[in-house]
Parts: sequence; C-alpha cells; structure tokens
Amino acid sequence: MELTGAEALVKSLEMVGTEVVFGLPGGAILPVYDPIIDSSIRHVLVRHEQGAGHMAEGYALATGRPGVSIVTSGPGATNIVTPLANAYMDSTPLVVITGQVATASIGTDAFQECDITGVTAGITKHNWLVTDPADLPRIVAAAFRVATTGRPGPVLIDVPKDVAQSTMQWYWPERVEDLDLPGYHPEVDIDSAAIARAAELLAQARQPVLYVGGGVLKAHASAALRALAEKTGAPVVTTLMARGAFPDSHPQHLGMPGMHGMYTAVTAIQRSDLLVSLGARFDDRVTGKLDGFAPGAKVIHVDIDPAEMGKIRSPDVSIVGDCRDAIEALIEAVDAQPGPDLADWWGQLRSWQERFPLTYDAPDDDGPLRPQMVVEALRDHSPADTIVASGVGQHQMWASQYWRFEEPGTWINSGGAGTMGFAVPAAIGAKVGRPDRTVWAIDGDGCFQMTAQELVTASVEQIPVKIAILNNSYLGMVRQWQEMFYDERFSEVFLSKDLPNYVLWAEAMGCVGIRVDAMSDVVPAIEKANSINDRPVVIDFRTDASEKVFPMVASGTTNDEIVVHPSQGDARR
Amino acid sequence: MTPEPIELESRHGVVDHHVLSVLVENKAGVLSRVAGLFSRRGFNIYSLAVAPTDRSHRFSRITIVVDAASAPIEQVVGQLNKLINVLSITHVNESSVIERELLIATVVADASRQIEVVQLCSVFSAEVVDVGSGEMTVLLAGTPDKVDGFESLLSSFEVTELHRTGLVALPKLRRTLQAVPSVSDSDH
Repeated sequence: MELTGAEALVKSLEMVGTEVVFGLPGGAILPVYDPIIDSSIRHVLVRHEQGAGHMAEGYALATGRPGVSIVTSGPGATNIVTPLANAYMDSTPLVVITGQVATASIGTDAFQECDITGVTAGITKHNWLVTDPADLPRIVAAAFRVATTGRPGPVLIDVPKDVAQSTMQWYWPERVEDLDLPGYHPEVDIDSAAIARAAELLAQARQPVLYVGGGVLKAHASAALRALAEKTGAPVVTTLMARGAFPDSHPQHLGMPGMHGMYTAVTAIQRSDLLVSLGARFDDRVTGKLDGFAPGAKVIHVDIDPAEMGKIRSPDVSIVGDCRDAIEALIEAVDAQPGPDLADWWGQLRSWQERFPLTYDAPDDDGPLRPQMVVEALRDHSPADTIVASGVGQHQMWASQYWRFEEPGTWINSGGAGTMGFAVPAAIGAKVGRPDRTVWAIDGDGCFQMTAQELVTASVEQIPVKIAILNNSYLGMVRQWQEMFYDERFSEVFLSKDLPNYVLWAEAMGCVGIRVDAMSDVVPAIEKANSINDRPVVIDFRTDASEKVFPMVASGTTNDEIVVHPSQGDARR
Repeated sequence: MTPEPIELESRHGVVDHHVLSVLVENKAGVLSRVAGLFSRRGFNIYSLAVAPTDRSHRFSRITIVVDAASAPIEQVVGQLNKLINVLSITHVNESSVIERELLIATVVADASRQIEVVQLCSVFSAEVVDVGSGEMTVLLAGTPDKVDGFESLLSSFEVTELHRTGLVALPKLRRTLQAVPSVSDSDH
C-alpha cells in the first residue's frame, strides 16, 4: 500500500492507539493536516501552541497515556518548547510532532525555519528529524516506546514538508527490534540483594519515613505502596508530584513535604533514621539546604533512572527499577523480617501533628476572601473524584495543602519547571481524557492571564472545565518573598485591582463568568458552577493579597528552620 | 565505589581525569547531543576524539577525557547512558588502558637547525612529515606523557602551528588465559 508520508504519520498515530491530538496547523505541517480529516483521531484545535503542549500534558497526567501534539515549524515549534521543558522536568510522556521546512531548504534560514531538534535536545528524552518517509512508521513507534517506557518523558518528531508529501510503502514495525533503538534498554531487573539489604534496614529502623515521589504514580504503584506502608507501619509523605499516590485520608499519611509542606511531614524526614525514597529525586524544594537535610537518615533510593542514584544524596541502598516491581519485592522481603516497633515514633509524629496542623486566620466578616477557605469550599462541594489542575504559585501550594487527594491522576500540576499558565490548558487536556470527571483548575490571576485564551478552545470544542481564580491582584508568591525577604519592598508584583474584568472576559470566550467577593457567595457560586456542564465556568474569587503560604522553609535554610503560621509561634528549636 | 581518577601531567598542569570510551550510533547530531549533555550538566570535557568504528559506519567511538573535579564520574556515566544514541560506555583506568594521542606541529628551522629537529624526532620516534623553506612539520603518536614531553622540548624551536588530537583509548586485552581444566588438576 503506497501512502504519503503524511498519511503514514497519521496512520502510525492510529496504530499506537492515539485517540486525540492537540494542535494548530501552519505552512510546513499542512500536508499532515489533510489526512487528519479522514482519521478516527479527534483533533482539538488550540489557540496557541503552548496550549497544545500543556493540554497534552494534562491528558497524560489524568489518563496515564501519552499526550500528543501537532504544530507547525518555526514559531509553532518554539511555542511548544515550554511544555516540552515542563514535561521533561516532570517525566510526563508526551509526543510532539512539528512541521519542518523542506529538506532542501534546511539550513538556508527559510521562512519559518527553526532547528527545533537542536533547540529541544536538552529538554526531550529524544528527538528525531525525519529525512525519509519510509522511516515514519518506525520512528513513530520508537517515539511512543521511548516516551512511555523507563523514566517517561517528552519526545519530538520533526517532519519536513517534502517528507510528508512524498510517498512510501506502508508497513508497521511489530517487534521492538525493528525500532532501531540499539542503545535503549529501559527494562531492568530488580537487584534482589539490594532488596534484601533494604528489608534489613527497614527491620532495624525506629524512625522510618516512606518518601514518595511522582515515580510511584508513573509506575501505577499506589496499591503496592499502600500494602508496603501498612505492612511496615511506616509514615508516608507524598511530594508535590505524588499527590494522590497515597490517600490523604489514610492515618499513616503525613502529607506533603518540602518548602511549603506540612510541619510533621517536613520534620519527620528531618528526624528520620531511614528514608525510603520511592520514585522521588531529592528535589531542592524538598531537601531545603542540602547539607542539613535528614542528617541522621540512612537512605534507600528506588528509581528507574540509574542517574538519580547519588545525584543529590548518596544512598545506602540503591534499587534501580520500576517502582511497582521494587515495592512488591520489598513487601515480600519484609515478610521475612520482624517488624520494627514504631510506637515511640508515632507518638512523636502525632504530637507534632497536634501542635502544628495546617491553619490560617479566620476571615473578617466583610474583608476579602481567605484563599485557603475557598479551596476548602471547592473541595467540600465538589465530587470526591474531582480532578484538580493548578498553575504555579501560592494558589498551587494552597490547592496541594488543602485539597484531599484520594486516588492517582486527580492532581495535575507543574512541579519541576514551575510553569505559570499551566492550569487552564492542562485542565482542558485532563477533561478531554476523563470526560466523566469534574475538572477544576485552581488558578492564580497572574497564571490565568498567561493562557486564558484556551478557554475559547474549551468552549468551541465543548470541553466543560471549571476555573477558580484565586484573584489577589498580585503575583502572590513573589509578593510573599518580597514581603518576607525584601523588607516589604514590592517590585513589579501588583497586576491591577480591576483589570481585566474576568466575568466579561469569560463571557466573551463563551464561558459562564461569576465574581465572588463575599464569603456567603462562595458555596452558591461553586454549586452553580458544578451544575453547569455544557460550557466552561470561570469564578473570579476576590482574595486577600496579604495571605501568605505557611509553613515555609525559606530558600537557603534547612528544614529544621521551618516557619509555621504566626499563630503557632516559633517551631524552630 | 568511586573509581580513582587518573592524574594526567599536561601542559595545563596536573589534571585529574577520567577516560570514557563511548560507543554511539553514527547518526547526524549525536556528537552535538553528547557535547550538549556535558555543557548542560556542567561536566568539563578535557579532550574528545570521535570517528566511525566499523566498516558499515553504523557506530562511532568517542573517547572523552573528563575533568574529574567537575562531576562524580558515576553521574557523567549515568547521564550519558540516558542518551538514546549511546550504546555502551567503558570507563577505562590507566592500568587497564591503551591510550594514544597524536601531535602534529610546524616549527621554524633553517638549514642550521634542521638537524636538531631531526635528532629530537629520532629520540621520540617522531616523524618529519613535511619540509618547507625554513620550516618543518613533525608528527608524533604516543602516550600523553610522551606527547607532553615532546611538546615541551619542541618549544626550544619557534612553533608556528601545533595540533593535538586528544586521547583515543581502548581497554587492554586480557593476558591470562581462561582457566582450562587440565589433566594434572584432576589428577591431584
């Protein structure tokens, strides 16, 4: 069967099971858009290529399947660089297809030419410039294999226009050996000797902590994690990337560690004698000042990426492999050991929890809304299995702190890269992947203004997401730092009290727009939003700009110097 | 265990270095991916040599000398291994490696000094590969120590051009035979 490169590309996407692509056409990618008309694959037409990338990420995070985007060459390709960098930092499987100028024009500074494989080499797991249409099925199959296996991540396929236009004989590479990936061997066997050493350490530990990262979600290891936690009785902390990997309602869950983590989660790690890192990478937002991080802890490090071993903290036991395989092996191994007595440890942990719970000041009757209270109201008046997306900043921390995550795939956020503007398009992608679920984006006003145009996409494509803007008129997290560390000298953080008019803006984009100033209107607005399912809803919650995120481990300090809410005094000892 | 770095005496002073022999796919952009990884991760390349390694030109071998102070070698190897085009990495240490470097230099030598150049070359088993009016081009392939020594003695002449290739290296072959059951063994 003779196909054009474009037809072969689209057929290859169908072969790997793609159900939706997020994209925007343009000159160099034109040939690929013709067979899309006849394809079973749904195409969501975005308003900006950054939106296409973040939607694909949101889709991937909500479904566990790779997200796919198609954009054109030059600026189309560079506009999706931020989502690629974001997906690389968060190990999100993403396949981005970019148009490229015709092969004969490459290197001539042709119209809309950009060396996108060069630009993205450092922020993709791998990328390909296709020079022969006959390579397309093989490269698409290889791209999906690379994106979804081992430590997942984004990949990019650059398709010159003439490659899409010329013809090839259709085939499909059925075997892994046909993918021409001689240097790629993601499958690893768990080292049973390392598992045995880890089980010994677990049996000896008196103050263990299971430090759970995003790898547990990637490995679909939540059930195994729960079994390990219950078998060992050890406390669990879930990083920003792992929210949902372990139920927040579970009595062994201490919550999120890190710069704005729960006091008990942060301090448990600090005082632990054994840190079992499961798919986490000792990010600086978790460790604080590194030389003061968990000083008395031995470390068991489980990760599928061997390069994570000793990158930040030298482990006592390294276990390279899939998190689920490793956890299941650990469960079996600890069976053979007498369980440690953790009663004293739990006594200490419970006293910290009692003394330093999450808290905020009660609101004034007629003052602006407390953002934390808005998040609590959203949580309490939305379905339990709601998917929450967020941008980056104070609202993100409050969402992570105050939401109750009970299952995997319910928290969609930008962790490693900290990409403002992530929430709206990511929520749209999540809703496309999980149309059965309520999807709320908890966003900041600064973030919302970066990517709000994608709500036009959502309206036109009938993707009824809901957006809660915690609008304090400021770039709130930067404002918080300037207040605390720059002597209240506020530099370029005030956006505007009245502009934009979010209700009018939402309505102009085909959404329902609601503004909430008073506490008494919060719940009715949320209930109204939850009852609307034929279009997106935007609620502009007017919140208190002076609210700060606590607890906080200031940059450059150790986790021992954690600052709790002012009403709880000084936790530092 | 962190492998001990090799101390390399060089014209830039003593440098602790590791030698990595990296087998890669011979495809467009692979060298750029390797070099980009080093700059991105803050690893310093001391020298780098690359060429196709088999007749089909499907693979290339890159010999990289890494400044040991810039990063733990496990990190360098771990990150390199993540490049999809990298097939294998051998970390070679001094006692188990055959390493050579090539130097080619043009020196000013009028008729009266040409014999000195030739003598120096013969001491080092270097070659005179070109002679011009008042200039000679010499070539030496040898261990880095030997090349360093030759280079420093060459400086008694006026050196107008000098190139060194950087190291290429392969692991030494095993000298001891695999244990073979012998009649005498079973007899005792």
